[in-house]
Amino acid sequence: MKPPPFSYHDPATVSEAVELLATLDNAKLLAGGQSLMAMLNMRYAQPDHVIDLNRVEGLSYIRATGDGLEIGAMTRQRDVEFSNDVRRLCPLLNEAMPLVGHRQTRNRGTFGGSLAHFDSSAEIPTVCAGLDAVLRVAGPRGEREIAFKDFPAGYLSTSLELDEVLVSVRLPAWGAGHGFGFEEFARRHGDFAIVSAAALLEAGTDGRITRASLTLGGIGSAPVRVAQAEAALMGEPGSVETFAAAAEMARGIDAHEDIHAPAAYRQHLAVVLSRRALEKAWSRVEGN
Amino acid sequence: MTYIGKNQARLEDEPLLRGEGRFASDISFPDQLHMRVVRAPVAYGRLGDINADHAKEIPGVFAVWTAKDVMEIGPIPFRQVNLPGMERFAQYVLARGYVRYVGDPMAVVFADDPYVAEDAADLVTAEIEVLAPCLDATGPVGEFEPGVPAVAGVVEKKYGDLIDAFARAEHVVKLRLKIGRHAGIPLETRGCVATFDPADSMIRLYGAAKIPHKNRITIAAMIDHPVEKIHLHEGHVGGGFGTRGEVYPEDVLVCLAARRFKRPIKWIEDRRENLIAANHSRQQTHEIRAAVDGRGFILGVDDVFWLDQGGYVRTHGGAVSELTAAMLPGPYVWPAYRSVGHIRLTNKTPCGTYRAPGRYEGSFVRERLMDAIARELGLDPVELRRVNLIPEDSMPFDRKIDALGTEIILDSGKYEDLLDRLLERVGYDRLKAEIEQRRADGEMVGMGLAFFVEKSGLGPHDDAKLNLQADGRVEILTGTASVGQGVETVMAQIGADATGLPIEAFYVTHGQTDRIDHGMGAYASRATTMSGTAVHLAGQIFNSNLRQAAADMLQTEAQGLTISNGRIHRTNDEHGPALTLATLAGDYHKTHGAPLTAEATFHAERMGFPYGIHLVVARIAPDTMEIQLEKLVIAFDVGKAINPMLIGGQFAGAAAQGIGGALFEEFVYDEGGQPLATNFADYLLPTVHEVPKVEILLREDAPSPLNPLGIKGAGEGGITGTGAAIAAAVDDAIGGGGAIDALPISPARLHQLIEKLGR
Repeated sequence: MKPPPFSYHDPATVSEAVELLATLDNAKLLAGGQSLMAMLNMRYAQPDHVIDLNRVEGLSYIRATGDGLEIGAMTRQRDVEFSNDVRRLCPLLNEAMPLVGHRQTRNRGTFGGSLAHFDSSAEIPTVCAGLDAVLRVAGPRGEREIAFKDFPAGYLSTSLELDEVLVSVRLPAWGAGHGFGFEEFARRHGDFAIVSAAALLEAGTDGRITRASLTLGGIGSAPVRVAQAEAALMGEPGSVETFAAAAEMARGIDAHEDIHAPAAYRQHLAVVLSRRALEKAWSRVEGN
Repeated sequence: MTYIGKNQARLEDEPLLRGEGRFASDISFPDQLHMRVVRAPVAYGRLGDINADHAKEIPGVFAVWTAKDVMEIGPIPFRQVNLPGMERFAQYVLARGYVRYVGDPMAVVFADDPYVAEDAADLVTAEIEVLAPCLDATGPVGEFEPGVPAVAGVVEKKYGDLIDAFARAEHVVKLRLKIGRHAGIPLETRGCVATFDPADSMIRLYGAAKIPHKNRITIAAMIDHPVEKIHLHEGHVGGGFGTRGEVYPEDVLVCLAARRFKRPIKWIEDRRENLIAANHSRQQTHEIRAAVDGRGFILGVDDVFWLDQGGYVRTHGGAVSELTAAMLPGPYVWPAYRSVGHIRLTNKTPCGTYRAPGRYEGSFVRERLMDAIARELGLDPVELRRVNLIPEDSMPFDRKIDALGTEIILDSGKYEDLLDRLLERVGYDRLKAEIEQRRADGEMVGMGLAFFVEKSGLGPHDDAKLNLQADGRVEILTGTASVGQGVETVMAQIGADATGLPIEAFYVTHGQTDRIDHGMGAYASRATTMSGTAVHLAGQIFNSNLRQAAADMLQTEAQGLTISNGRIHRTNDEHGPALTLATLAGDYHKTHGAPLTAEATFHAERMGFPYGIHLVVARIAPDTMEIQLEKLVIAFDVGKAINPMLIGGQFAGAAAQGIGGALFEEFVYDEGGQPLATNFADYLLPTVHEVPKVEILLREDAPSPLNPLGIKGAGEGGITGTGAAIAAAVDDAIGGGGAIDALPISPARLHQLIEKLGR
């Protein structure tokens, strides 16, 4: 468990990092190191070059914008966890953050690192999927934005090009008084979720649902939005039956299996956690 | 001053708390080479040529060895239970002809730097003709190699007339039960550093643990080195649990390489290696049936089991099977009994012992059987056990079988009394009613208990020596070992009481083969019973020697002197003239030219048998099937508690491991024999969040008659019944039908089971 040989690079700016990425073969970006270092030590990752983003200026911030939040890619997870702006504008993210690894790993782990690594059972990508996050990336052709729905590209892979760096994430806020709920099931405290569910709800004055988002993490190669359930919830009154029926629609989603859970159990959990997350979100909709 | 029985704070903690401990990887020598093991990537195959040309080209690589370089080294012998024909299944230090599990050492690389060694190891390639692996010990017999069946041995333990028992039975209850493959996982992985001094041919091996004296003899014989020219040194040890401290291929290879290269050799195991190369344990399948009369008395039990040994037989030989079969009857009378254990080789990591070997497994089997019988007869599980417990007036109780070369004679026990005390402590009737009410209200909650007999004080003997240093401090020199359990504190407590000196006067030496000739080590809950008793005996002699030396100085009779608070004074004049230990020590050194000493050997005729009960309340989340333990109580009779706080620590840690084996930990393999749990994300150790507070009811009602202090061991009783009690509680929570017939129980498996049962 010693990493294979690699060259270490220590850029000071995003453009230097981009230039290194463009010129070096088989390079890997190092953010908080909570996944990459373990992968290096186990030799699952064998890059020739490691480009360390920890001294790159200007990538660590949480900013309230007109329509939501912008979070710098190198912002430590622990800072997101304790941010008042996050609590105020994206309470769903605030609720999920304590479930990200352990306190010790959140001190080092970064918001953008979790997205770029893209484990489908990680909480941050699941929340970003639910919020329709927009990812800003920098490359040799300048900056561009990627809508979250276009971000996944298979297991542990994203539509980031090899020469691009994730620089920030925009999280559009939901309306004041919206409801949110994040639920997950893991074997042990701090483990990756076997399945997680993130729900967001808004309601009209008549008590009927006007906007719904339901996302499942851990079930496939990327977080998935349960579009059928979201559509079915529109215009419905929030009730135990409504949410049970919507949650049941999660059962049909293709689930992968590993030594911790067969597919059928993941699908069962998807239904259970969807229902819990929707009910919790509904209980928090202002006026309910 | 009495130290025995006190919660004396640990004497050994200061360097550990300061981060100044000296574990295996903290030890380094100038000019050392680092060893890296090249391990088999397949479960079973014929091993052809190994090509190390590319590896040798890397700067810093010193040498690469394969089996051809170590042909003179025989296989690692068994230190316990050598069954007929078993030797041919012993492991060579580097694979010869075949590889038999993923992780089997095929070659070793020696390099200046551990990173370089690992880089080079990746470039060593082996031609392997892959053969179909055998991964199931209960199916058709596999092969060790073509033409050699993979049956390592069969153990049988029996007494009484089973035919008669089943002929008279009113009920016959049959079960098939499985225990999963898991292991003791010390926080510190294995590691060893060997040095060789050409001037005197001395080999020193650092990083020893558990049984340094025995391993010294084994390694000396294997590498054909004079035994007096090899010494083992134990530093701090980050956990043992049966796994750490046995002789493995790597221990032998570092000694051999140090001698051959005349350079220090260091090897530190990484976690992946630890999970695929250090001993696994536990995996057994039992088919058991009981003959029961109308009132629930068990007339006889017939058991057959299969132990999944893995690729080779290691140092424990057939010990786990022997202990399983011999101790399965536990605390019950069972007038007729037979157990036949088939030790089958499979293409997985070899198995050895793990804390409470054979008893964790056997207790699960026995207590599941007891619950099934209670259900069959419509009796409360507690009442069924009561009918079958060995009564107090039958002690000592001769089981009429042997284990590890000694007869099993249960030395003392008040089994039903302990049961009553536990029931009173937890308010059993009220608790049971509460749980039934909660279940009626829709909760999935249940209670279970498991009664077990442990063993301790495996002989035959241990030595201890007390040395009075010139400055008045007293060394307690033992042949035991410390795997972190508090040996130094316990030995000093016993030494202080036996000598009459304050505990501050003592320091304790253990695990150094150059300091004391004999030592049996620390395993099988034996250190306090065996070495502790030797310290007690030596301490009494030391007290007498001290008084004699003082009498010579004071020109009086030794009988008239007493030692208290570190002073030696006339018995009838406590405040009169007195000698301090420092004065006496200095004078004695001057006049005799040597320190005042005392030594003693404790011989144990047989093992002692502590016993206990685990009681668990488990709650299951009806939707996710998450299993939560609301309560875990351990009642245990330790005979004599030297330090109740340390026993509490032993129980808390052991219970956590028991929970691991019951709910979390499992070495899973795919159909090709690739291990799937090779890191801590996939091999799930319970953390502090998953372990409830362990409640302890510690009793001293049945001291052992086999040693003067009445001690029985406490190292294993915290784990023995955990799996059984958790299984019973979960079973109760899902309706009590006996559906829980295998460990570990995961939420996913529970979900499957509930779906199948249609509940």
